[in-house]
Formats: sequence, structure tokens, C-alpha cells
Amino acid sequence: MMASSYNAKEEDGHNSGASNNGGAGVVKSKKPDNTAFKQQRLPAWQPILTAGTVLPAFFVIGLIFIPIGIGLFVSSNNIKEFEIDYTGVDINNPCYNCAKNFSWNSTTPCVCSVPFTLEQPFESNVFMYYGLSNFYQNHRRYVKSRDDSQLNGDQSALKNPSKECEPYRTSEGQPIAPCGAIANSLFNDTLELYHIDSNGTRNTIPLVKKGIAWWTDKHVKFRNPGGNNNLTVAFQGTSKPVNWRKPVYELDPSDPENNGFINEDFIVWMRTAALPTFRKLYRIIQKKSSTTPTLPSGKYLLEITYNYPVLSFDGRKRMILSTISWMGGKNPFLGIAYITVGSICFFLGVVLLIIHHKYDTRNNSPDIPN
Amino acid sequence: TTSASFPAIGGKKEKQRKKKPKENKTRTVHANILYDNAKGEENPNRNYANNKIKTTKYTVLSFLPKNLFEQFHRFANVYFVFIALLNFVPVVNAFQPELALAPVVFILSVTAIKDLWEDYRRHRSDQEINHMDCLVYSRAERRYVERYWKEVRVGDFIRLRCNEILPADVLLLSSSDPDRLCHIETATLDGETNLKQRQVVRSFFDLDCDFDPLKYNGIIECEKPNNDLNRFRGYIIHQSGRRDALYKENLLLRGCTIRNTEEAVGIVIYAGHETKAMLNNNGPRYKRSKLERQMNVHVFWCVIILLVMCLFAAVGHGLWMFQYGDKRPVFDVLSPEGTDLSPIMSAIYLFLTMIIVFQVLIPISLFVSIEIVKICQVYFIHQDMDLYDEETDSHLQCRALNITEDLGQMQYIFSDKTGTLTENKMVFRRCTVAGVEYSHDANARRLAMYQEMDSEEEDCTSHSGTLPRRDSVTSHQSARVVLRSQSTKSHRRTGSRAEAKRASILSKHTAFSSPMEKDITPDPQLLDKVNECSSQMDFMRFHSQPMSQLPSDLADIIDFFIALTICNTVVVSSPNQPRQKVKLTSTKSIQSNLLRVNKGSSSSSLITNRSSNRGCSSLLSSPSAESTLTKLDEEQPPRGLEHSFGPVPPCYNGKAWNLEDGELRYEAESPDEAALVYAARAYKCSLVGRLPDQVTVELPHLGKLSFELLHTLGFDSTRKRMSVVVRHPLTDQITVYTKGADSSGTTCANSLKIFILVSFIKIVSRTQNYLNLYAADGLRTLCIAKKILSKEQYACWLQHHLQAETAIQGREELLFDSALRLETNLQLLGATGIEDRLQDGVPETIASLRMAGLQIWVLTGDKQETAVNIAYACKLLDPEEEILTLNAFHSNFAPFEIYPSSSPSSSSHTTPFTVLRLGLVIDGRTLAYALDKSLEDKFLAVARSCRSVLCCRSTPLQKSMVVKLVRNKLKVMTLAIGDGANDVSMIQVADVGVGISGQEGMQAVMASDFALPRFRYLQKLLLVHGHWCYSRLANMILYFFYKNAVTLIFWYQFYCGFSGSAMIDQWYLIFFNLMFSAFPQLITGTLDKDVSAETLQQLPQLYVNGQNSEEYKPYMFWMNMIDAFYQSLVCFFIPYFAYADSDVDLFTWGTPITTLALFTILVHLGIETKTWTWMNWLSIAFSTALFFTVALCYNASCPTCYTPSNPYWTMQRLLQDPLFYLLCVITPVAALLPRYFYRACQGTLFPSPVQVGRQLDKLPTETRRNILSLSRVKAGSALSPKPPFLSLSKPSPKVMMLCVVCVCVCVCVCVCVCVRVCVCVCPVNPQNCVFVCEFLYGLNKRDITC
Repeated sequence: MMASSYNAKEEDGHNSGASNNGGAGVVKSKKPDNTAFKQQRLPAWQPILTAGTVLPAFFVIGLIFIPIGIGLFVSSNNIKEFEIDYTGVDINNPCYNCAKNFSWNSTTPCVCSVPFTLEQPFESNVFMYYGLSNFYQNHRRYVKSRDDSQLNGDQSALKNPSKECEPYRTSEGQPIAPCGAIANSLFNDTLELYHIDSNGTRNTIPLVKKGIAWWTDKHVKFRNPGGNNNLTVAFQGTSKPVNWRKPVYELDPSDPENNGFINEDFIVWMRTAALPTFRKLYRIIQKKSSTTPTLPSGKYLLEITYNYPVLSFDGRKRMILSTISWMGGKNPFLGIAYITVGSICFFLGVVLLIIHHKYDTRNNSPDIPN
Repeated sequence: TTSASFPAIGGKKEKQRKKKPKENKTRTVHANILYDNAKGEENPNRNYANNKIKTTKYTVLSFLPKNLFEQFHRFANVYFVFIALLNFVPVVNAFQPELALAPVVFILSVTAIKDLWEDYRRHRSDQEINHMDCLVYSRAERRYVERYWKEVRVGDFIRLRCNEILPADVLLLSSSDPDRLCHIETATLDGETNLKQRQVVRSFFDLDCDFDPLKYNGIIECEKPNNDLNRFRGYIIHQSGRRDALYKENLLLRGCTIRNTEEAVGIVIYAGHETKAMLNNNGPRYKRSKLERQMNVHVFWCVIILLVMCLFAAVGHGLWMFQYGDKRPVFDVLSPEGTDLSPIMSAIYLFLTMIIVFQVLIPISLFVSIEIVKICQVYFIHQDMDLYDEETDSHLQCRALNITEDLGQMQYIFSDKTGTLTENKMVFRRCTVAGVEYSHDANARRLAMYQEMDSEEEDCTSHSGTLPRRDSVTSHQSARVVLRSQSTKSHRRTGSRAEAKRASILSKHTAFSSPMEKDITPDPQLLDKVNECSSQMDFMRFHSQPMSQLPSDLADIIDFFIALTICNTVVVSSPNQPRQKVKLTSTKSIQSNLLRVNKGSSSSSLITNRSSNRGCSSLLSSPSAESTLTKLDEEQPPRGLEHSFGPVPPCYNGKAWNLEDGELRYEAESPDEAALVYAARAYKCSLVGRLPDQVTVELPHLGKLSFELLHTLGFDSTRKRMSVVVRHPLTDQITVYTKGADSSGTTCANSLKIFILVSFIKIVSRTQNYLNLYAADGLRTLCIAKKILSKEQYACWLQHHLQAETAIQGREELLFDSALRLETNLQLLGATGIEDRLQDGVPETIASLRMAGLQIWVLTGDKQETAVNIAYACKLLDPEEEILTLNAFHSNFAPFEIYPSSSPSSSSHTTPFTVLRLGLVIDGRTLAYALDKSLEDKFLAVARSCRSVLCCRSTPLQKSMVVKLVRNKLKVMTLAIGDGANDVSMIQVADVGVGISGQEGMQAVMASDFALPRFRYLQKLLLVHGHWCYSRLANMILYFFYKNAVTLIFWYQFYCGFSGSAMIDQWYLIFFNLMFSAFPQLITGTLDKDVSAETLQQLPQLYVNGQNSEEYKPYMFWMNMIDAFYQSLVCFFIPYFAYADSDVDLFTWGTPITTLALFTILVHLGIETKTWTWMNWLSIAFSTALFFTVALCYNASCPTCYTPSNPYWTMQRLLQDPLFYLLCVITPVAALLPRYFYRACQGTLFPSPVQVGRQLDKLPTETRRNILSLSRVKAGSALSPKPPFLSLSKPSPKVMMLCVVCVCVCVCVCVCVCVRVCVCVCPVNPQNCVFVCEFLYGLNKRDITC
């Protein structure tokens, strides 16, 4: 179809016939131009892939990758991480009862405490995550089920949320704010951390709840309708999501900068996770002084207000404490991968070297035919 | 007679013409001016097409629907539109519906814009043509007025002036030429450069005054419009009831140019789209190449893979849903309606969703990209300097634009001989007259000298001014020849462009007239005889003795030369005024006046008299019955002498004749005619003028003789001869001169035996011997014969002939019979041998094509001996070869047997032919049996085992049947190359048809896919461009399949509950193939050169690569699929593990995956790219830059748009993340490691011949030349097409590839185990271990404890 750059006129010949009447001396030659491009003689680099030519590349890759890998591995290993599962599957788990007796509608919150011990002190800032497993936040219909305009404070979207939010769009005739399945399934466990010192007293560890979301999310993407003053009025005429205990303007009554749509826990939750096992940043434990570790080794108690059900879909809930490095959280994989790929390259380089010495010699001698 | 005067007709016209039953077979044309006043409905011509041409396909309104309709003929487009529309169904949609439409709309609109542009160009050229001016007679103004072409209607009278282009097919009614001729140049129609004569319709022949349209009262009945340029039949009915036949000689075709004629008037018969030129214009041809056929199979496989993947995902989703049972988890959202879907229903919906998500697997841009690449390839082939012929200022034309890659896969070449292998420049070599051979030794030497000079000049081009030897034997003429040829040669070889141009312009003016053909050294013996003979005749004429007293051998000689001179259709022109026919204007009128005075008393009317005077027509037409018959009755002894020996015309257009300087130019329709005329001129028998009714010949001593031309029976391929009937001026006898192919000529002559003396039989047999001798020398032979008719015989024949001519039905057959009746009982005069020289470089081309593994068959119409000798000359047959000759002896000879010409060892089918090197020669009659259903397999079996096959005496139909047979039965790719009309059918049948744009018109070129100026260009076209086109396209297609098969999303389905979710933003997903990764592959597909042109030509063996489809084998498709599978695994799982159990969100995770997939794909292309020009670098840089620019802009543009991905600031954040860069480095390396390693191993362990060729490219030129010359020797001696060093001890690449894949899989497993061990050994984080275990043991991790 594309190839029919064909002109009927040339065939019909009217043009050529008319132009040939003129003097024969001005006939334009059809000789093609002798340019490198038109004659397909552009200067070119022509690599030939043989054992001999490729060999250095393999060694170089090996030599670069292995140190990088070691570096990554070491820096990953320097990260301290502690994880504790508080789902309560096991009968010995303190949260077993909470997990068993759960229903979305229960009014009395179930609280359980999980003691744990940190063997090593956490020196720098500690990030506190909650982790969920087997929770498919990436399900196609789930991911779509939100209205970004509404979350951006758009008044019309607030009153008339997007169709994508169905079936969590309206409740009892009123539009849901925030609408959609993501918001509806907001993680609502409350975690508190206590350090138990040697004499058995519980010291509350201060948890910073701001600065856990992306700056752009907090300040650009998410906005309360009508600014941050008097959210109760702003959200008038809307209904809370079905699974929520309290409306959106009561998410954090203590801090108007962290309430409503710009509540950071909410924002973090709204950023749907990529994989069914994920963690989300919950709080930050800031380092107080350079001399004492943020979390010294010792006994701790995690107190959970158990609200969020996961057992129905066989999920797990975890609390994770972790320091981070320049490359993020603890993950030795990349280091190992670099080391492995580097070693394989090195190994293949050796193989190629052998091949090269055995077979590739004739390329250098001009007597190929013999 | 009744036609003496035309009654002036007013507006009233007989309308009571009865409706004939054959109305639908013919067209009736009335003059329009009769209906000027009447309403349009009454004009009987109103139903015929007007002259407005419209070659556009669309109008403004119809463009969109029509173009879309056309585009939807391509199945892929329908498929993609279907998928895009599927997105509008809410339950199954995967992307934003509007966005999903984007690629389809983009593809459709690119094609539509291209179509629109083309159509606009057509429209503009139509406009231009439609608004050209011409003179149309207006009844109202009673004069010719200027009108646009588009206003011309059928039935209009138009006046044409010199050098005007004909606006429509016009019946010639009047011409300012005294002979009532009109000359036209038909180069735009058929490419023939000579002028053609057209004749005024007979009834209007005799008008003395200007033609007055008002007086016209005829009705024309003619054929319906058809596309046969060489046929026009019909008749004109005058009011008197008289009918006159119309021939193609009366019709001027649209597009031709009027030449040499001041003014002509005609009536439009066919206009606009019904003209023959437009009906012949049927646009470019579409063929589907072999590669594309293979590709389509794989597209089909892709569809199957797609369906399997969708099914897998659907089942997976169903199971995933099922495991939750009634406990619906929070993340499993209800359908918008709030209804709960059963697992089965959602599986079905998901199936459709997955089809949308995986649509990239079917490469939407593949078809467009292929077309773009092909256009570029055609452009480069056009631009190749080596395929440009300076002599004719023409270069290769690609007429079929979409089969370039087929050029690289040819296996059989079917070639015509004359004009294709040979130059079709006929050179008179020798002749035999009356049984005596004249060997023309000097002439042979002269020709040999040309050849030497050719080669010499190739060696020392610098001093082309110095003269080579001057042979003492050669006459002064040949010395001049040397000089001349020197100059033209230098134009051809080394001369500047301007010089070459001048030479080519000169050569254009006269067809076929290189000095080599013109200057013939006469045989001294024969020259003496001619001189003697003519002086005797002069003497006898002077003494009024009857010519019959001349000794018979001398009479034969003079007759022989007269036959050579006049038995043709050569037109004489003078060179200083090219295209100006030498007119006998003054003489003519004087003569006719004289005659009129002489015969005024005896003739009844002026008109009969005039018509008797110029009663003959050229070619097939003839004088009207009554006038010719009257003429026969007339007594004309005084006239004869007076007419023919009238005083030498005082001036021919005021120019003196100077024969020695060769100022006459002969324009012949075929080169052998010209050769014979030039040969006769060397013996001082020169053709000096040709008019439709007379031929003027200048003979030594006798001066100018005018032969009255009574009839010309043109050459046709079934009769294989041509005849003229003339009245001999000296003897006043009606004489038939015939020349023709020897088989027909001698049989005719043989049938004469009964009447003729024994001595004559001797002549015939002797001549036959010489003919065989000539043929053995590779000469083309023609027999010359004559016959004297008595008046009665002639009258009798004429009667029948005229009947045949006026018949409308079956005229061709009748004319054929009539011609045969005339051409019997001929007296053999002699025979000529014409050499048709091989074109430059033919033997070398054939040798290298053969080294390239191509089977070359030559199919020719020539006789066996000639063909065999040409075959030896062009190295098609080798003296060392055994020649199998298949000749059938009897017409009822059903099973043909094979007999070897020399050795009895190969006398049966069972003999292993391959041991010997065989050549097969088969003639047309045997071919007819061989092509029979029952024998064709045997024939093919024999032919296959032969190295070369030569079919002689084959008809055009047989040629095409042979090609068809080989193509269908052997399932091979065939190429047919030819230059003449007789090759058209063969060219059309073959996979690739190549036309030589030579001298035999344009029919072959019109039918061909590629048109070459010379045969030797075939070498570069096939070996270089064919190879490149094929390997480029094959690699590009493979790459396309690979690229689209990197389906990262499929792996993701395991981690999103098979919900059809995509971690890659839909924008990236949709534009990935269309924009981000599109350019580099186009550049590589267009520019990549695996081996340099020089090496490809020096090592033709590399062509085998394409013949065996080495670049695109089914296993390669599957290997690429497996590679894509592996690469997608790597590209998915490295980021997966790198981000496992982190707080990464869906699209922040998907964007790095997109990026590194892009890098992987680009680097993959880099591995496959063989030559890196700056354009490759640029395109890759551009792609990368484009991706990041688009991503950054897109991610910064809108914080709330683009649901669901909502990528605001994602890329910006990623660019601050070191992990992103680390991933982008390691993943492409890990993904491409196997391929890179495999390529390296392949390059060393079992390099393909192409790779060896590339290595040769790298060597310094000196060593390379040594190696090549060595390999050439080896290849020449060895039977195998590959030289030994190219076929090293190499294991099968398939096996090796499998091994490498196994190694890769092992390595993968090792990596995984490594990871697992590492993770599990360091007990810091058992969670990681779980992930690894998950990967290793299954996808469900719930029951796993590490």
C-alpha cells in the first residue's frame, strides 16, 4: 500500500513528450549523484563478533560488575532490619484473638501487644513500615478504582465522583469521599512502639507521622476541597467510605495539615503497591542525638489497635523496622545479581579465550583458503 | 465512381439508422458538429466517455470512507481496530479507549495521508493534462477554436499541428502532407524512437483542398475501446452507402506526438479513459514476496501464541477467583454494576482483556515499517551509480516496489537470448548468393578489431587518442571505422558526461546506428560481381535489351541486393534535420503533373488517375479495390521507364546527397533490417527514399531506380518472414521479394523443387549447407527469395487479399492465409549471416551468477545451432560439458528419448547425471512434448541434473510454460529476463520479471518488475542489492517479532492475580513500538550491510545465503521467540527481586522496567547491526532521548490526569534513585549475555559464509585480493558452489544453537541457586529467602517455609 508512489502521468507520457520538444542540449542527466549516502558507502564501524573481538568485553564487564556487586552487597548488609508478623494466625500470637473475632462493624477496637527484642542497636533514622502479604493492591479493577480529581480537591468531583469508583461511588445517596475501592480498603491498624527499659517501664518511642509521603503527592496531587480550613464543612454532603469507622476529615483531627485528603497515611495507602507482598512506610523514628542509637538493643513492645482484617484472603500483616542506605532498604539481591552476572561474564570470557586459542587463530593469517 | 464528390450536408442527417444487434460489439461515431444545435440527449455520441481524465481515486467527499474501506482490506488493520473498539466495552477494557485507538488511528492516518498525497499529485497532473489546449472545430464559429483537452468529445474534429501531442485517439482525415501521411512519434507509448507513418482514411485521400468538417457526412463504425495498441478495425459509411475499411494506420493514438507534418485533421474516436493509451496504463504491480509469505505464517503463529497466553491468563484468573470462594477480598472489586462475577464469567471477560493487553505481540507497525524500508531500498537501488548506463542515460527502474527482497532469493534465471545476452546490434557478417559463399574476411577482421579495442580501452583508458594498429589489409573505410569507434568508445568508457550525452543524443536520432553496424567492408569478389552485373544491366538498359538475358547468377546477385534494400520497412531520414523525412516534394508534384498530363485522356476521372498513381500503401493496407484493378488493366509501357528513370530529382530538401559520408540515416523497426540495408549500401545498393507507394534505390551505374510498392506483408512471428510486392522498374514484372527465417524460407524454396532444374536444387542444398555453417558460427541467418508473378496471378491473389482486408471478423487469420498463399514457390536467392554481438560482460556475469548457485536457462526463438554457439560464447555451455540434445523427430513422437551427443554413458535416465557436467539443449518441438503433463516430471528430472539448459525455437507461450513448470513443480524462485514482446508472458509468469530497456520497444519493460539497461547489471542487482535487501528485511522482520514478543506484562500476571493489570503505563505500552523503538530498526533495516558490495560481487557464493533463506528460517523465528522469552524473564525478574517487598508503587516499579526493556531492545539491535554509521548512532540516541523527554514531559504535565497510572513526577524521582541506574545497567547485560555469547561463538566456531565474507572485508585490500583470486580458482574447479574454506568443518548451527540455549538455561538455574544459597546462608532476612523459594518452587508461597 505504502509502496505505490506511482504517478500515472509518467506512464501517460504527456510531460516527457512536451519537454522533449525543446533543445536537446539542456537534457538533464539521470545519472545518480556520487555521494556516500546514496551509494551506500557511509563510513561505518563494522564490528565482527568473534571470540577474539568479544573477549575483552566479557572480561571488562566481569571486572566492573563484581566490585559493584560486592559494594552493593556490603551496603545492603549494613542495613539493619527487623520484622515481626502480628497477623495472629498462630494461637500463640498475642493478636490471635483479635484476628479471630474481627468484623468490620465492631465498634470496640481490639488491642494486642507484641513484645520483641532487638539484638542490635539501630543507629541512624529508623523507618517503621507495615507490611502486607497476599494483598493484591495491583489488581486491575482495584488500581482503577479512584478519582484523582476528587482527591485533588475538585468540588464537582467531590460531589459527583468518577464512574471508575463504582461500586464505591455513592453510599446512601451521597457521594463517597474519598471514593473508590483503594480508599475504601485503607489500612487502619494503629501501631505504637514502646521501649521497655531494664526496670520494665514502657517508654513511648516518638513516631513522626509526617514526611512519609512523596512531597509531590502531599503538596500537588492531594488537596482538600476548599483548602484546609474547616474540613467538616467542606466535606458536607458526602459520605464516608463503607469500611471506614470515621469520615475523612477526622483522619487526624490533631493536625489540620495532615487531615482530610492530605493525611499522609492515606496518601501512602493510595499509592498502590506493585506486588502482592509489599510494605508501606508508616512512621519515622528520628535520631535524637549522635551519641545514642535511635533504637538501642533491648526489649520492645508493639501495641496494635487491630482493625484490619487479612485472614479472609490469607494475608499477613507485619511491622518492619529498618534503617536505609543510599540505595534504599535492605535488599541483597542486586549485589548478588551483579556478582553473579560479573562472574558469569568472567567465566564466559575464559571459555571464549579457550575457544579463541583453539579455533580463532586462522583469522589472523591471510591463508584462509588453505 | 460514386465517391467522386460529397454532397454538402446541412443540419439534417439520416437518423433512421436501424439498431443493429451487434451494437454492443461496436462503437458508432457521428460527427459532433451535426448535433451542435440539438439537445445533448440527441447526440448519438453522448454515451461515450469525454476526454477529461481523472486518474484520482478519491474525491473530497469520498476520500475518508473509500480510503478506510481500502485500508480495511488488510486484515491486520481490521484486527487492530477490533481490539481498539474492544476497549470501549467497560467490562473488558484495559486501556483508556481513546488512547487505545491512537496507534491504529496513527497507522491508518499515515497511510491515508500518503494516499492523499499521491492522489493529490495525480489530481494535479490530471489538471495539467486536462487543461492543455487543442484546436477543435466549432460549427458556430465555422473555424477551429482553442479548447481544453477535457472539453474534447468523441465526434469532434480537431486540428493538430506539428509537435503537438494528441489529446485523444483520432481518426486521421486530412493531412497537409502531399502523400496524405502523418508522422507520429510513439516513444511515450511503446518506447520506440522511430517515426511511424499514419495514413489518411482512404475516402479522404483525394481531397485537393483543405478538409472541411462541414462537408463530412460519414458514420464510423469501429471496435469498442480496447487496449491493443496494434489493432484498430472498423469502417466508415459514407452517405452514399459506400464503406471504407479503417486500419490502425488511420488511427493516431493519444499521447503520441505529431512530427514532420504541418497540420492534420481528424475526428475523435476514443476519448479520455477509453483511449488506448489510458487503457494500457494499468499501474504498478503488486506481488507478494517469498519472505512476506513466510512472515505471514509467523504472524499467524504469533496470533496462536497470543491466544494461548490469553487462555492461560484467563484460566489463571478463574482459579485465582475460585480460591477465595465466597470470601471476597477487599481488593477484588465488584463490577461497576455492583454484581458479583462468577470465576468463569470473569475468566471469559479477562480473556478479552488480555487480548487487548497483549496486542503488542502482533506487530502493528510491522507492515508499515516493511513498506517504508522497501521504499528506501528501492530508492537506493535507483541511486546506484553502477546500475546507471551512461550510453542511454537510463538507470534501473523498479516497477514493482514490494519484491526487492525476492532479488536475493532467486534460484533459476530464465533468459532470452537476443537483446538480452546479445546487444541486439546486428552486424552483417557474411552472405551466400546463388550457392556461392562470400566470406567477408575483411569484415570479420574489422569486427574482431572492435572487440579488441573494447578490451584494450579498458586497459589503457588514459591515452584514448592514440590510434591502435591500422591493418594493411583493411580498406580506407575500416580505417575510418577505427577512428570513429575510437571516439564513440571513449564516450562510452571514459568520456565526460557531456560527451556521452552528445553521443547518446546522436544515437537517439537514428535507431541502431553505431558505426560498427553501419560501416561494412564489402567482400571484394562480391563487389566486383555487383559492379559487373550492374554495368551489364546499364548497358542492356541503354540498348533496350530485355533484362532476362542477364546470366542467372548475376541476376541473382542484383536481385539479392535489391531484396536486401527494399524488403523492409526502413525509413530514410537526413541527419542534419533529424526526424525530417527526406521528401521528394518538388519532384513528386512534377512527376504527378507529368503523369496526369500523359494519362489525362485515358483516365475517366482525375481521382482515379491520382489514386492509380499513389495507389499503394505501406504495411498491411492496400489500395482500394477498384483503383488497383483499374491500374492493372492500364497499359503502361511508356510510363514505367519514364517513372523510374525520370531525371534525378534536382533537390531533396535542398540537400545534396553524399552517400560516402553516410549522411543518410535509416530508421528501422528492428536492427537486423537496418543491418541488411547497411550491408547492401556497402555494395553501393543504397536505399535513398521510401514512400508508402514507392521505394527509391540507388544502384551503381544504374543510378536511382524507383520501385513501385504494391504491397508489404509485414513480419510476424508465426510466418517468420516478410514480403514486399513491387513492380520491378527494369523488367516491369510484378516481383515478390521475401526474406525470412531459414526454416520457413528453405521449406518454401524446397517446395519449388518440382518446377526447377537440378542446378537449382544444388543451389538450395548448398545454401542450406552454408546456413548450417553460419548457424554454427552463431550467426543469425535469413534467407532471401523472390518470385515473379504474372498479372493474372497477382490479380487473383489481390482479389482474395482485399476481401481478407475488409473483413471485420477473423481478419487476422484471413490475412495470414493470404500471405501464405503469396509466399509459396519462391526462388531462393541467397542467405545472409548477421552477427548479434554479445553484450559487454555477459560471460562474466553468467559465470558469476552461476557461481552464486543460480541455474541459468536460456529460452530463445533462434535456431538450435545459433543458440548453442551463443551459449558457448557466453560461457553458458562449457566445452568440457556433455551436451544432451533432445530433438523430437516425428510429430507423433510421444515419449522422447535422450541421446547424448558424444558419449554413450549417459544414455538412460538411471545414469547418475550428477557425475557428469551436463548441458541440455532442447528444441521447441520437443519442448512441446516435454511440457506435456505425462512427461514434465521426467523432463524436469533431466533438466535439474544439468548445469545449464538451452531451449531453442521456443514460442513465447512455451517460454512462459517452462517458467511456470519450473516454478510450480520445483518450488523455486524464478527470474525471467528479456527485452522483447515475445518475453512478456515469461516475464509475467516468473516470480521476478526483469525487462531489458533496450531497443525492441517497451513491452517487456512495461510487463517487468525491474527494468535494466543491460544484462550485466543483473549481477550487481542480484548479488549485491538482492542480497542486501533480503538480509536487511529478513533481519528486520525477525527483530520485529522478537521485539514484540518481549511480553513483560505476561509475567506480571502471576503477581496480580491474572487480573490483566499492567505495571507499564499505558502510554508507554502503546507508544513503545510506535515511537520509542521504531527508528533504529528502520535505519538498520535500510542501511545495514552485512558484507560490502565488492566482496559480494567477488564472492558470488555468498548469494547462496539468500537462496537457502539462511537469514530467515522457521527455526530462527522460534529461536528469537525463545530468546525474547528469556529476555523478558530477565527484564521482569531482575526488577522484581530488586524491588521485592519494598514500598515501591505500581508505576514507579513499571517505569524502570519499561526503560530497561527499551535499553535491552536497543542493545539487541546493536548486536544484530553489522555496520554502524552515524545514522545508527543517531537513531539510537534519538530513541533514548525521545523516551526520556516524553516520559519527563508526560510525568510533569498533569497531576490528576492519566488515570489509572497517574505518573506525576515518577520519572523525575526515578532519575534521583541510584537503584534505577543500577538496574538499567545490569538487566540489558544479563538479558543479552546469551545472544552475545552465541554470536561470538558462532563467529568463531561455525561462521556462516556471510561472516567469512565480512571478515574478508576487514582484511587489507591486497591480501583480500589474493584470497579471492585463490578462492575463485578453487571454486571454479570444484563442483560445489561453496569454496572449501567457506564450508569449514562446521556443526549444524541448529544443534549448536540448542547447545547454547541449554548452557544459558543452566546458567540461569545456577544464578537462581546462587541467589538462594546466598540469601539463605546469610540469615539476616529470611523474607528474601521466601521470595527466592517462591520463584524456585512455585508461584504460590503460602505453604512454603524456608
